[in-house]
Amino acid sequence: MSEIAGTIEETEDHAKHLHRDEKGAKMGMWLFLLTELLLFTGLFLMYSVYRYLNTADFHRAGLETHPLFGTVNTMVLLTSSLTMVLSIAAIQRGRKWLSVGFLSSTILLGLAFLVIKLFEWSLEIEEGLFPGSQILLSKPNGEILFFGLYYTMTGLHGLHVLAGMIVLIFMLVFILRNKITKDDYIKLENAGLYWHLVDIIWIFLFPLFYLIN
Amino acid sequence: MTEASETRRRPSGEETKVQGEPISYSKYVLVWLGLIALTCTTAVVAGINLAALTLVVALLIAVTKASMVVNIFMHVKFEDKIFKVFLGIAGFTIFVIFTLTFMDVFFRR
Repeated sequence: MSEIAGTIEETEDHAKHLHRDEKGAKMGMWLFLLTELLLFTGLFLMYSVYRYLNTADFHRAGLETHPLFGTVNTMVLLTSSLTMVLSIAAIQRGRKWLSVGFLSSTILLGLAFLVIKLFEWSLEIEEGLFPGSQILLSKPNGEILFFGLYYTMTGLHGLHVLAGMIVLIFMLVFILRNKITKDDYIKLENAGLYWHLVDIIWIFLFPLFYLIN
Repeated sequence: MTEASETRRRPSGEETKVQGEPISYSKYVLVWLGLIALTCTTAVVAGINLAALTLVVALLIAVTKASMVVNIFMHVKFEDKIFKVFLGIAGFTIFVIFTLTFMDVFFRR
């Protein structure tokens, strides 16, 4: 009897130490990502309806954004997604410092994205294209809506980039302290999933705000 | 993904080759090159006047890029079925939201 109890205890003890539900962790992350997706879906829905109702105004306003900034930023974010997966691939192979290098690049590319965005917004604000400006208010309603959505959607996306960078900085510290290793890298994978979601949202924002001819 | 990689690695025995890993560095780089190429394509196509098709082409390219990121970078292609069910339900929900909203926009009088 006591022998059985002992065995059970031992098994439980064993399980407590070994049990890691990586699939569960990843499923939880995906559910969270889907709520993020729905948040942006609301904004995309609003954009679609207003664009349908104000097609001409949206086209005119779309010509005033700067496609070069948008294109360069798309490349920057896509490249940051590449360095993100390479960082995971490196830790899977036990190459800690390579992983650290790739992850640092990802964070720096995220920073580059925000700096480019800062220049872009500064330029537009200088041109008087910001919510509430006299120049913008003198334009038709559709154009005011376009720029309202432009600042809201790219702004909310920018906040997500910033949040992602903060998460990735934590991951960097975890790798350096050997909390993320070859055998346990689910945290890094989940952080990567978040980073890619932010990338995907930009993939859709890019043609909708920059590629209107 | 780890499970799949382990079972796939075992038959080949060795893990010295990048080949044995779930996804090699070079495959990621190839996918990235594809994404960059599609970005250039979409930027160039935007300059050509395709009238109503412009938006459709831009969105098709965006969907292609997104599915590359989801499948390869986010590993969904190699995950269990449940992850695809999650995504399918989310996609269907978004489709329904858009359809119902546009029914209202199109037919409200």
